[in-house]
Amino acid sequence: MSTPKTLFDKVWDAHVIRQVDDGPDVLFIDRHFIHEVTSPVAFLGLEGRGASVLFNQRTFATADHNTPTLNQHLPVADPLSANQLAALERNANRYNISHWGLGHQKNGIVHVVGPENGITLPGMTIVCGDSHTSTHGAFGAIAFGIGTSEVEMVLATQCIMQPKPQKMRISVNGTLGKGVLPKDVALYIISQISASGATGYFVEYAGDVFRTMSMEGRMTVCNMSIEMGARGGMVAPDTTALNYLNGRDLAPKGEDWDKLVPYWESLRTDEGATFDQDLTFDAADIEPQITYGTNPGLGTGVTRQIPLAEAVKDGAASYKKSLAYMGFAENETMIGKPVDFVFLGSCTNGRIEDFRAFASIVKGRKKADSVTAWLVPGSHIVEAQIKEEGILDVLTEAGFALRQPGCSACLAMNEDKIPAGKYAVSTSNRNFEGRQGPGARTLLASPLVAAAAAVTGVVSDPRELM
Amino acid sequence: MAYDKFTILRSAAVPMPIENVDTDQIIPARFLKATERKGFGDNLFRDWRYNNDDTPKADFVLNNPTYAGEEQSRKILVGGKNFGSGSSREHAAWAIYDYGFRCVVSSFFADIFKGNCLNVGILPVTVSPEFADKIFAAIDADPNTELEINLPAQTVTLLATGESESFGINGYKKHNLVNGYDDIDYLLSMKSEIEQFATTRPY
Repeated sequence: MSTPKTLFDKVWDAHVIRQVDDGPDVLFIDRHFIHEVTSPVAFLGLEGRGASVLFNQRTFATADHNTPTLNQHLPVADPLSANQLAALERNANRYNISHWGLGHQKNGIVHVVGPENGITLPGMTIVCGDSHTSTHGAFGAIAFGIGTSEVEMVLATQCIMQPKPQKMRISVNGTLGKGVLPKDVALYIISQISASGATGYFVEYAGDVFRTMSMEGRMTVCNMSIEMGARGGMVAPDTTALNYLNGRDLAPKGEDWDKLVPYWESLRTDEGATFDQDLTFDAADIEPQITYGTNPGLGTGVTRQIPLAEAVKDGAASYKKSLAYMGFAENETMIGKPVDFVFLGSCTNGRIEDFRAFASIVKGRKKADSVTAWLVPGSHIVEAQIKEEGILDVLTEAGFALRQPGCSACLAMNEDKIPAGKYAVSTSNRNFEGRQGPGARTLLASPLVAAAAAVTGVVSDPRELM
Repeated sequence: MAYDKFTILRSAAVPMPIENVDTDQIIPARFLKATERKGFGDNLFRDWRYNNDDTPKADFVLNNPTYAGEEQSRKILVGGKNFGSGSSREHAAWAIYDYGFRCVVSSFFADIFKGNCLNVGILPVTVSPEFADKIFAAIDADPNTELEINLPAQTVTLLATGESESFGINGYKKHNLVNGYDDIDYLLSMKSEIEQFATTRPY
């Protein structure tokens, strides 16, 4: 009998072309996503070396990071953004790479459009010049973010050179309580192990909670893996994953699909396989979460107080700097804090389930006058579904408007910037200083907590509105 | 892109004893709109370094003439724990390199940032938390105190006292940095092996 292997080992080992002596593994990459921000310099580098794209059909381009979310039919007003978008299109055309640019019906956030079109499949290695590439791990792929030098490597050689990370399993057992969403699970784990608690590791999510979680939910959790420092996170592919992918536009069809199913079903951690770290949490301990500081590890239950400096893993000086930036103090209660902006969207929470959750709270209520709300679907496909399901009507009646797809206020590269000093409850992934605009103050939360803030104008417990 | 070869570096250092310095602080997203790799050093730590009206913030270390300022010639940045977390933007490493640093020292680096540094010719040196404290204390006592980073020997030394610690790096990456090579050169040399491997993939 062969040595028991983890899911991660099975996928990683199947992609190693060479193990460099006293060095990294040469890892073959099945799928490569590119966008307008981190690819132009890679193409320049390629040209500088006189190299070309080795396998153009393994790379997919979409524009998302700095696209506007209003009036996408008009020319992009910011000349620098327009220049990057043009560069992406030019490079894609030159090397005959699939390009879903602004205005294309398949356009959207790279980590939303990959899975929803069946480009992402179990057992793949997937990279992109974006740290939230970890999202695709929800399907049992090894997916992680890379730098621009590595984008150039993948274009030129379809490989990167990486030391094999250590392995961590995070199990959450039991049943999630009322109003607790996958985002809360992710924020809770990060608050327990800190924003660097999984650095150096690749995570497998296991246990009851993930087995019964939808694909949208698994994507949210895997997406946030990088916020605990992990390179990526993955969930073993099961019927939920295969049902989600089967029939998607670019997924294999018919016999091609059937032939892959036995392989995909073998992609699970063997009994007896070992992890470098094995953590277990109880679902019953998780309540709706909100962050109060400037890294994703500084979060707590929405009904709780901001912890004292002694109780957090960050050093006291860094913690106090963080609270000062937020305009908060130790021991303050989060409930009732005023909210100026609400952002629903991003590769973390820009999918249909997120809009369903948001709508479930705002239905029959009205947006608070003091709140500016930006609701940004992750893709045109999500946008169409919002309309088909009647969610747009619910949102409109409650005083909300829908914007057009893109990364938007998550990183504020386009016009969607939270003004300095203002508080935003955001369903995105990072609450770093200035992340959503210079001086902006971000409180990360689930779509339910965001919706509760949007209708009350303050941080609120969504369970009281359900 | 070619970078300076790295062997032995002696320099005073710029101290930044802040934890969780993320890449959004190193270079905010709004400065990622270039399509060429140049000028990123001007926006290194932009929002910590400048006010909204572009005037320098006097209390930020890069504006402090004791450590940096316009005549900045220090090659070593010493950061707090979990340096370079967050976004994968290689622009963060480009900005650090373009500003003039060749080495970042910390007790703990975020993974992607560390890899990006190695790929652009910056040496990330991981020291023990105790040695990091010693370095900060030494700079505190004498802002001009020098560090020696010896890549072939894999040591970091406080020259004033001779206190030294060794650091880890794999032999392959070390060879690359010492010679100014990069991964793409290596990978291009195995093209036929890669093409053969690709035919075995189910998708």
